[in-house]
Amino acid sequence: MSQRVLMKGNEALAEAAVRAGCRHFFGYPITPQTELAAYMAKRLPKIGGCFLQAESEIAAINMVLGASAAGARVMTSSSSPGISLKTEGISYIAGSDLPALIINIQRGGPGLGGIQPSQADYWQATKAPGHGDLHILVFAPNSVQEMVDTVASAFALADEYRMPAMILADGMLGQMMEPVVLPEEGNVTLPEKPWATNGHAGEVRNIANSLYIEAAELERLVKARFERYAEIEEKHSRHETYGLEDAEIVVTAYGATARVAKAAVRDARAKGIKAGLLRPVTLWPFPKKAFEDAAKSAKAFLCVEMSMGQMVDDVRLAVQCKRPVEFYGRTGGIIPTPAEVLAEIEKLAGGAE
Amino acid sequence: MAIVFQKPKSLTDVPLHYCPGCTHGIIHRLVAEAVDGLDMQAKTVGVAPVGCAVFAYNYFNCDMVEAPHGRAPAVATGVKRVCPQNLVFTYQGDGDLAAIGTAEIVHAASRGENITVIFVNNAIYGMTGGQMAPTSLPNQVTQTSPYGRDVKTAGYPIRVCEMLSTLTGTAYAERVSVDNVPNIRKTAKAIRKAFEIQKAGLGFSIVEVLSTCPTNWGLSPVESLDWLRDNMTPYYPLGVYKDTTNEGGAA
Repeated sequence: MSQRVLMKGNEALAEAAVRAGCRHFFGYPITPQTELAAYMAKRLPKIGGCFLQAESEIAAINMVLGASAAGARVMTSSSSPGISLKTEGISYIAGSDLPALIINIQRGGPGLGGIQPSQADYWQATKAPGHGDLHILVFAPNSVQEMVDTVASAFALADEYRMPAMILADGMLGQMMEPVVLPEEGNVTLPEKPWATNGHAGEVRNIANSLYIEAAELERLVKARFERYAEIEEKHSRHETYGLEDAEIVVTAYGATARVAKAAVRDARAKGIKAGLLRPVTLWPFPKKAFEDAAKSAKAFLCVEMSMGQMVDDVRLAVQCKRPVEFYGRTGGIIPTPAEVLAEIEKLAGGAE
Repeated sequence: MAIVFQKPKSLTDVPLHYCPGCTHGIIHRLVAEAVDGLDMQAKTVGVAPVGCAVFAYNYFNCDMVEAPHGRAPAVATGVKRVCPQNLVFTYQGDGDLAAIGTAEIVHAASRGENITVIFVNNAIYGMTGGQMAPTSLPNQVTQTSPYGRDVKTAGYPIRVCEMLSTLTGTAYAERVSVDNVPNIRKTAKAIRKAFEIQKAGLGFSIVEVLSTCPTNWGLSPVESLDWLRDNMTPYYPLGVYKDTTNEGGAA
C-alpha cells in the first residue's frame, strides 16, 4: 500500500506521470506550472529519462511529436499563453494519430493575462485545441488526488485512441498542497506501438504524417477519426454527482470551481433548498447524457466557472432549452466564494417558487 | 552479369514530383546513398519539412516523420532523444530552416543535438510559387520582391553555415553545391561525413546544399546551374565552416 504524502499539485502530476511510465518531458518555463517541469528536471535524469527545456513552447510540443512518433510515452506541461503556442503542434499530433499528454495549469487571459487561477481556456481545449477537424481528450480533475489518478488513464486512453489528451487544471490545483496516495512504482506495461517511427526498412517502414493532398482521402481519414471520437463519447465520458437525486437546482462546475460549488450546494441544502451538483470530469467528451437526465427533473441549472461563461455553452446545448441555464463566474484570476455561489442558488430557488 | 549501377535501397521506387531540372532529386539520391553506404537503412528516421520536399516521406525508404513548417529540428530532437542509436536526419529548405524555423535550427545546433540536417538552399520559396526567401540574394526578383530584394526594407540574406558554425554545439558545418559533377561528389562526401559524425555521437551536423529552382527563377535547368554559380556561390562560398573532427579546421 502506497503511503499518503503531502504534495503540491504540480509536483504530484509530475510524479504520477513518472509512475505511469513517462520518461520523456519537453517543456518551457511558465507560471503557474513551474514546479511540474522543475520536478521532472530533478527526477527524470535519475531514472534514465529525458528532461529537455526547449527554446519555446512551439519547439517543446514538436519534440513531443517526435518522441511520440518514435514510440515513447511523452508529455509536456504549460499554462494558458504557452498552450496557445502549442496549438500548432497539437493539431499536427492529432492529424498524425499520435498519443501525447499535455497539461494546462490555466491562468487568466487573454494575452499575458495574469498568473492567478482561471478556467478561461475551456473553449480552446474543447472546441479548438488546434486548427482543423479534431478533438482531444480533456480531463478536469478537482483535487490533487484526482489529478494523480487521471494521469495514468489519460496516457492509456491517448495510447488506445492514438490522440492527444489534456489535463485541464488551473493555478489553484497546481499550486495547492493536499494529501495524496500515489500509485505504486514499477509494474507499468506500456502498449506495443508497431506504428512507431523508430527504425524499419523496406515494406514495413512507418510514416507519421498529417498531409493528405487528395481531398477525398483526407475526408475519409477525418471521418474515420470522427468514428473513433463517437466511440469515445459513447464509452469514456465521466461525471460525478452530489445530491442530484432530488435536486431542483442543479449546480454545475468543473475542476477547482466544483469544490466551491459543492460547498455552496451543501450550504443550500442546510437552508432547505434542494440543490445538487453535477460535475463534468471529462470536458471532451462532455457528459451530455448526465445533463439530459438531470434536465428531466431539475427546475433550473446554474453553471459556475472561473471565466465569463464558456462551459455554459455546452450545458445549454445538453439541456436543449428544456430548463433555464443561468451562469455565475469570476474571471481574471478571482476565485468565486461559496457565499457568492449560494447567493446565486438562493436567487434561482426564490425565482422558481 | 554484375550490377554496376542501381537505385539506392534507401529510395523508394516512385516517381519524384519535383519540377524538371530541380536538383532535389540529386540530393535525395546522395542522402539515400549515404544511408546505404553506412548500412543504416533499417535504423534511419528522416524528418520531412514543409516546402517542396514535403513529400520526402514518400521517397526516402526509411521511417519518416512529417514535421510542421520549420519544426523539423525539434521533431528530430524528440525522435533522437527516444532512439539515440538511430540515424536521425532532417531535410529542410531555406524558408523552412532559415525563416519560420530559425529558433529550432539555432537551438538544435546550440544543444549539440546529435542529428544531421540536410539544408537545401535555392534562395526562394518553391512550393508556394516563388516568394522571397531569407536566403534570396540582394536585388533578386521574386513574387514578393517584384522590384528585386531591397536590402533597405527586406534586409540581407542569412548565411546559415557561417551563423551556425559560431555555436559550440555544432560539430560539423559544410556548404556544398550540386551544380556540376565534381561538386556532386563533394556533396556525397559531406553528407557521408555528417552521418559518420552523428554515428560517432559528436553532435550537430549540417550540410548546406546550394540548389536550383528553374521554375521559380524563370530559367532553363542549364541556365539555372549557371545562375547558381554566378550569383549564389559568391554570396554563399562553398567549404567546410566547422569540423570538430579536425581541430583547428574551422573556416
